[in-house]
Amino acid sequence: MSEHLPILIVICPLLAAVLVPLVARTSAGLARALTVLATAASLLFALAALRVVLDSGVWRYHLGGWAPPWGIEYVVDPLGGGMAVLVSLLATLVAIYAGPHLREFSSLRAAVFDSLFLLLVSGLLGITLTGDLFNLYVFLEISSLAAYALLASGGDRAVVATFRYVLIGTIAASFYLLGLGYLYALTGTLNMADLASRLPQVAPGSAVTVGVVLIVVGLAIKMAVFPLHGWMPDAYTYAPPPVTMFVAAVMSKVSAYALLRVLFFVLPAGEVVATARGVLSWVAAAGVLAGSILALAQTDVRRMLAYSSVGQMGYVVLGLAMGNVAALTGALLHVAGHAVAKGCLFGAIGSLSRQTVQVEIEGLAGAASRAPVMMAAFTVAALSLIGMPPTAGFFSKWYLLQGMIEGGAWVFAVVLLVSSLLSAVYFFRILERIYFSPAPASDPPPSRGPEHSWRLLGPVATLGAAVLLIGMFNGLLVTVVIRHALPDL
Amino acid sequence: MTLFDWGHVQYLLAAVLLLIGLYGMLVKTNFARKLMAMNVMQVAVIAFFILLAVRTDGTPPIELDHVESGTDAAYANPLPHALMLTAIVVSVSTTGVALALLVRVHRRFRTLDESELLHRLRE
Repeated sequence: MSEHLPILIVICPLLAAVLVPLVARTSAGLARALTVLATAASLLFALAALRVVLDSGVWRYHLGGWAPPWGIEYVVDPLGGGMAVLVSLLATLVAIYAGPHLREFSSLRAAVFDSLFLLLVSGLLGITLTGDLFNLYVFLEISSLAAYALLASGGDRAVVATFRYVLIGTIAASFYLLGLGYLYALTGTLNMADLASRLPQVAPGSAVTVGVVLIVVGLAIKMAVFPLHGWMPDAYTYAPPPVTMFVAAVMSKVSAYALLRVLFFVLPAGEVVATARGVLSWVAAAGVLAGSILALAQTDVRRMLAYSSVGQMGYVVLGLAMGNVAALTGALLHVAGHAVAKGCLFGAIGSLSRQTVQVEIEGLAGAASRAPVMMAAFTVAALSLIGMPPTAGFFSKWYLLQGMIEGGAWVFAVVLLVSSLLSAVYFFRILERIYFSPAPASDPPPSRGPEHSWRLLGPVATLGAAVLLIGMFNGLLVTVVIRHALPDL
Repeated sequence: MTLFDWGHVQYLLAAVLLLIGLYGMLVKTNFARKLMAMNVMQVAVIAFFILLAVRTDGTPPIELDHVESGTDAAYANPLPHALMLTAIVVSVSTTGVALALLVRVHRRFRTLDESELLHRLRE
């Protein structure tokens, strides 16, 4: 069984997605348990695969025994394996966290929710592990379709917001597919490794350029890179809390991974890629500033967090675009740190908003007395996004800054610092509300606070702790995993 | 050098189709029209792949008595067709999800006009 680990990581949630609605007919509790078990199994398999890969090098798994370039291969390397661990970890925690939210649903509706969630997870895991560009497109669409349905389940406003996301997401996927068509026409292959060895022999021309531009723009829309972020704040604000928690934490990171994979592992380092990275770096810098400024202007906490994601994804793209060892290390550390921190922030806010319907910043007054542990986790995650030691965010920004300075990009170094200041302003505005504003006296104290359920509290507290742990053991993480995940520069 | 290579006019048509789709998605304000434009755009991508597969005087990629095996130029390339089967499935599912969303939007808001919906969203 152990030789089939790479496929098991993806198959587990996929099989469970089919089984959960069937099992729910007899027992809703069993269906929920199956959901959590399937994601936990993926996490275990991903950890085991990553361990094997770190010990003995890249693992190439041929689906059905067909050797590439004819068959589809899954490639587990420290980069893909690490992303799979991150995705499945968040998936397991969100699967647990979703429990109390699903209690209001009928058992069939809850089962459909779980089934879609598992499809989303298996799509994202597939993206991290596949070694085939067309297979990546299929997984991209599987995850997107599941995400559309999940995001739309938050009510009437969510449906309108999601429809706009469907349109823009389909444009992104079509661009990616079209770009893929150009590369396929030039080389006759879709396998990443094969393409990487054949593309350098293709004479550089407008066809390569168009292909690269289409793929990069397509993935950038999926990542919600500024100025292609328009769909995101509405989609995040109106979705059910567990969905926002997972989608905000993981989905854009997986697209960022796909961009890194394509830019550094598939396309040959040449003039086209260098230009693409140059353009991306300025776009990302603009996004870092715009995201932070727009976040400052919001009165709704979830919308503010969504705009902060636009800025934070800008850091990641900036790191990719700079492309030296320190910058890429920072980008990958930021992917992990921001995924965990954003999951924690949306998780903590989502647990409050069931009791207090509004998620206005005003509404957070005195939240610390009602939910001390949740708000402590929120604070840790917020400090990480600001970039305070010893949280994960400080160290990823430190590496990024080092990368900018090594690359001589002083403008971007300044952008990084200015945006950190801005994020300090918008987060302290919230922290001040949470800790120093008295709760409105007219409110009757809720009989059951947001912390009555360990299912809500456990995942959020775990993510809060993870923010600190990634920060404190960042050296270990960098030397053991991230150093090996970098492309040969 | 000629002004335009008529041998590649089919790709130009696919590009025109793509632009029509993109134009519709960006400019039309009715969600149903946007969805139709999205389908046009997807068809353009599918057509592009299918055009890549064409060989002049090529036969279908199946074994036939009168076609010499081993001469790959004689067959149309089957791979893009296989890929596009998947892409068509994706396109159908996306359309299905989008239509389901539109039905819900129309039931609740009684309109599919984007600017009016956005206005009601902000209320």
